[in-house]
Amino acid sequence: MAECHPVGFQWVMEAKRRGATIIHVDPRFTRTSAVADIHVPIRAGSDIVFLGAIIRYIIEERRWFHDYVVHYTNAATIVTEEFQDTEDLDGLFSGWNPEKHKYAAEFWQYQDAHVTPAAGHREQESAETRAAHVTRIGAIQTDPTLEHPRCVFQILKRHFARYTPEMVEETCGIPRELFLKVAQTLCDNSGRERTSAFCYSVGWTQHSVGVQYIRTAAIIQQLLGNMGRPGGGIMALRGHASIQGSTDIPTLYDLLPGYLPMPRAAGSGTFQKYVEQNRSASAWWSEFPKYIVSLLKAYFGDHATRENDWCYDDLPRLTGDHSHMTTYAAMADGSVKGYFVMGENPVVGSVNGGFQRAAMRKLDWLVVRDFQMTETAEFWKTARNDASNWAITEKIGSEQINTEVFFFPAAAHTEKDGSFTNTQRLLQWHHKAIEPLGDCRSELHFIYHLGRRLKELYGSSEDPKDRPVRQLTWDYPVRGAIQEPEAEAVLREINGFSVADGKPVEDYTKLRDDGSTACGCWIYAGCYRNGVNQTARRKPAPEQNWVAPEWGWAWPQNRRLLYNRASADPEGRPWSERKRYVWWDEEKRSWTGYDQPDFIKDRPPSYRPPEDAQGIETISGIDPFLMNADGKSWIFVPTGLRDGPLPTHYEPIESLVKNPFYGQQSNPARMEWHRRENPYHRPWNDPAFPYLLTTYRLTEHHTAGGMSRWLSWLAELQPEMFCEVSPELAAEKGLTHGGWATITTARATIETRVLITARIKPLRIRGRLIHQIGLPYHWGSLGLVRGDSTNELIAFSGDPNVSIQETKALTGNIEPGRRIVRAGERPYA
Amino acid sequence: MPKGFFTDTTVCIGCKACEVACKQWNQLPEDGLHFSGMSYDNSIELGASTWRHVAFIERPVALSGQNAGDLSWLMLSDVCKHCRRAGCLEACPTGAIIRTEFDTVYVQPDICNGCGYCVVGCPFGVIDRLQSDGRAWKCTMCYDRQKDGMEPACAKACPTDSILFGEVSDLREKAAGRLAQLHERGVKEAYLYGADKHSQPGTEGLNAFFLLVDKPEIYNLPREPEAPSIRAKQSWLSLAVASAGMLAAAIGAVMSSRGRGAR
Repeated sequence: MAECHPVGFQWVMEAKRRGATIIHVDPRFTRTSAVADIHVPIRAGSDIVFLGAIIRYIIEERRWFHDYVVHYTNAATIVTEEFQDTEDLDGLFSGWNPEKHKYAAEFWQYQDAHVTPAAGHREQESAETRAAHVTRIGAIQTDPTLEHPRCVFQILKRHFARYTPEMVEETCGIPRELFLKVAQTLCDNSGRERTSAFCYSVGWTQHSVGVQYIRTAAIIQQLLGNMGRPGGGIMALRGHASIQGSTDIPTLYDLLPGYLPMPRAAGSGTFQKYVEQNRSASAWWSEFPKYIVSLLKAYFGDHATRENDWCYDDLPRLTGDHSHMTTYAAMADGSVKGYFVMGENPVVGSVNGGFQRAAMRKLDWLVVRDFQMTETAEFWKTARNDASNWAITEKIGSEQINTEVFFFPAAAHTEKDGSFTNTQRLLQWHHKAIEPLGDCRSELHFIYHLGRRLKELYGSSEDPKDRPVRQLTWDYPVRGAIQEPEAEAVLREINGFSVADGKPVEDYTKLRDDGSTACGCWIYAGCYRNGVNQTARRKPAPEQNWVAPEWGWAWPQNRRLLYNRASADPEGRPWSERKRYVWWDEEKRSWTGYDQPDFIKDRPPSYRPPEDAQGIETISGIDPFLMNADGKSWIFVPTGLRDGPLPTHYEPIESLVKNPFYGQQSNPARMEWHRRENPYHRPWNDPAFPYLLTTYRLTEHHTAGGMSRWLSWLAELQPEMFCEVSPELAAEKGLTHGGWATITTARATIETRVLITARIKPLRIRGRLIHQIGLPYHWGSLGLVRGDSTNELIAFSGDPNVSIQETKALTGNIEPGRRIVRAGERPYA
Repeated sequence: MPKGFFTDTTVCIGCKACEVACKQWNQLPEDGLHFSGMSYDNSIELGASTWRHVAFIERPVALSGQNAGDLSWLMLSDVCKHCRRAGCLEACPTGAIIRTEFDTVYVQPDICNGCGYCVVGCPFGVIDRLQSDGRAWKCTMCYDRQKDGMEPACAKACPTDSILFGEVSDLREKAAGRLAQLHERGVKEAYLYGADKHSQPGTEGLNAFFLLVDKPEIYNLPREPEAPSIRAKQSWLSLAVASAGMLAAAIGAVMSSRGRGAR
C-alpha cells in the first residue's frame, strides 16, 4: 500500500502513531513492510490457504463474535440438501457441468428459498424469472445454535478443516509461529471493543481465483464482527485515481450506472422481463424499477414514456462476454473493426502485449486519447521487429498495416473540472486551474462533441436503428472558446431531478418508477442536493465531527461507512462505548449517530416482517446488510459467483506446486484462451519454467507509464526495467548485481537489469526451495526511459467472475545476460 | 523566528514525493537516467540539481519492535541542513550566501561567481556547482514559498509527515515527544541528529535535523560534522608556529652558513 497508494498510506501511518499494529503480507519485503510491525512473506498465489487457516483458527479457538455472527450473517441459515462441498468432491462443488465447464447455481441455494445476488452474476438466475422462485424471505430456515449439520457455520467449519497452520507452513512458506502470531493479533484486535481492517489491491484480484481471495477476507471480517463498524471493513485500493468512479458510473461492458445490469440479447428481451430478472422480491433491490426508470428518463428525456417502456429498446444488448481479453481475441480474428483507447496503454499495461499488437493490426481504425504518443498509439512502429511473442512470426512493416490511428491529446485533471471517486466512495470535486494547452481536450469535451456530431449526422434519419441516437438527451451547456461542456451540468444529471420542475432530488429514496424523476446514477443521488455541488465541500476537520461528513460527498446518501447498522447490537445499542457509531434512539423512535445511518430511519430494532411482507418491508430490524435478499451478510454465497459458494484453494494456472488439498489443480471455472499466440505452461512443475514470477508497480511510476515515463522528474527515479531476485537465486544462476538477465515464458522473452536483494527470500514449500522473481511492469519501447514490458510474458487467462487476468503468480525462467536482439531492432541504451 | 525541517525517518515510506515536489517547484533538471543498483535509490546523492534525496538502506539487522526477520529497510529524505554555523556561508568570499530572515542559508544566484569555496566548506557535501552554469546551488528551504507564508514544497508533499516544517523551537519539542514515544515503544536505538548545539557543536546545531535509528554513517551522514572555520584558530596558530619555526630555521641556516663563510 505504501508502494502504490502512498497518499492513502498516510492514514495507516497516522494509525500506527496512535498504536495500531500493521501487518503486511507480501511475497516481497516492500516499502510497506519497511514500516509494518509484522511482515509475512508468502508464496504468490497461496493466499486462500493463509486466510482460510485464519478462518479455521477463529472457529477452532472459538474466537468468533457470536452475537454478530448469529444475527447479522447467514451463518445460521440452512443450505439445500443438494449442496456438496469440495471436501466431498475432491475440489469441486456440487452442480459442476464438465461439458459446459460451468456450475449450475441452484445446487448452492438456501433450503426452501431461492435468493438473488446483490451483485455478481444475476443472469445465473435468468433461466426463469424471479417470480418463479420461492422468494418469500420467511421461508428461509435457520438454526441460531449453529449446530445443524447443513447450516452455513457447520459447512464452513468442514470446508476449512484441513487449512491448518502446518498446511500454511507447507503451502505458503510461512512459518507456523508467524502464522499463529498473525491470527492471534487479528483476533485480539477484534470484538466489541476493537476492530481490524483489511486493505488489498491487485495483488489479490489479479489471480484466476481473485474474487475468492477477497471473499476469504470477507468471511474473516464477518466472523470477527469487523464489517459495518468504525475501524473495520475491507478496503479495495483501486488501480488509480477514480477507478471506483469508473465502476460506479461504469466503463465496464456489462453494467449500467449504479450497478444496474446491462440488458442481454438472450433472456432480457422486454422491459418487463428485464425488471423481473433484476428486481429482488425482498430487501433493497426490490427498489430496482425506480432506478432503471429514472436512468432511462435521464438518458431519453421526454421520449421515454410508460407506453414505450421508457425507451428500454434504445439500450444496446449484450450478446456475450465483451471484456478486454475477449475483445482482443475477437480483434485478432478480424471481427472488431474500430477501437477507442482512452487513458489506457494496453500494449504495456495488459497481458501478452505481442498478441495484442498483432490483434490491433487487424483494425480498420483506432482512436487513442492520452497525454503522450504511447506504445498503443504507435503499436505499428514495432511491427517489423516486434521483440515479443514467439508465435507471431510474421514480420511486417508499418506500410503493410492498414489500421488508421487517430491520436487526440488529452487534458490533465488540472485542465478541467470534474470529480474523483476514490476507494472509500468519496466524491471530491476538482476545479480547472488552467486552460488545456493546444489541442488538448478533456474526455468530457471529446465525448460530448462526438455525440453532438453523431446526433447531427443522424438527426434526419428515419432508419429505426438510428432511433437511440436521435432520442438521446444530449443538451449540456458549453462554455468558452473551446466550447467545453459544463461538468457541473453532468453532475446535476447524475444527481437526478424531478421531471416536472427540474429540481434536484434529495436522495435515492425520492426516485420513482412512474417517470416523474430522472437520475443518471441512483447511488449518486444527493451529490447535488439543494442545487449545491456537495462534492466540492472542503470544510476543515476541526470544524466538524470526526466522521467529517462535510468534506466532499460519499455515496450513497453521504454515508461514510456502509452497513453501519451493524455498529449497534441487535437491540440497537452500540456494541461498546469505544466503538459507538450509529444507534437507535428510542425516545425519538429513530436511528441516529455520527454518520448517516444505513438503515430505514424509523424502523425499530424490534421490527420483524409480517408473513406477507413485500419489498423493503421484508427488512427486519436486525438486517444490516439490506442489499442482500435476506438482509444478512453472506459467509456462504448461495448465488452470484461462478466458481463456488465458498473460497477454495486452487493453484494458479501456472504453478510450481501440485494442489496439496484436492485433485482439482486450479479453478475449474477459470477462463482460458487456447490459441497459438497464447500457449500455457504445464499446470505444475514445468521443467522449462522452474521459477515463480510475480508482477507489481513501483511508487515512482504510474501503471503502463503514460504519465511517468515521459516526465523526467519521475523517469529518473526508476530509469530502467529491473527484476528483483534473492542472493540465493543469483548465486544459483550466476546473476550479477546491476547486470542483465533474460526472463522467459512460453509467450515471450524480456531482458531486465538485476537487483539482488535480501528483501526477496526463497521459501521452503513441501520440502523444496522455491525462488520468486519480482517484476515491475512499467516500461515499454517509448518515452524518456525505455525497457522491455513485463506483461509480454503473461498469458491471457481470467477469473470467471470478473475476467481479470492472472498476473500475480506464474512460472518462468531466468538466465544471465541480454536477450538476442532481432534483426533491425535497436537495443535499449 | 528560525524555520527548519524535522525529518522523522521512522515514518518515511520512501515515496520520493519530496524529491519530485522539490524539482517541480524549483524547476530543476533531471540528472541522469541510469540504474544505480543502490536499492531503490537512483538519485544517489544531493547535488546542484537534486535538493532532496531519499536514501534507501537495506540492513541485515532487524528493527526493534518489528517482526520481519533479520532485515530492515531504512529510508531517509536528506536535505541541506541549514546549519546554525554554516561552512558554506563562512567560506563564501562574494557574500552570495546569506542567512535569511527565516534563519535559513540561501545562495543568491545573481551574486555567486562560481568560485566553489562553499563546496569544500560544507561538512555534509550538500552544496554543489551546476556543470552548465558553474554556479553553486542547493535547497533554499523554498525561500519564495516562505515569503508567501507557504511551507516548502517537500514538506507539503510528504504524505506521512516524515518531513515537518515549522519554527525550530516547535520542531524540537515535537521531536523530543516523538523520541520519547519511540523509546517507550521499545525502539531504544532512536535518537536525534543535529537537533541542538550541545549534541553537534561542529555545526552549532542544524535547522534541518533528523530522527535516526542507526549510526549516522549508515545514512551517509558524518558522525561529527564541523564547519571548517571552527578549526581556524587552531589552523592559524599552527600556521604561526610553523611560520615561526620556519623563520627560525631560515635564520639559523643563514647564520650558520655565515659562520661557515667566516671560517
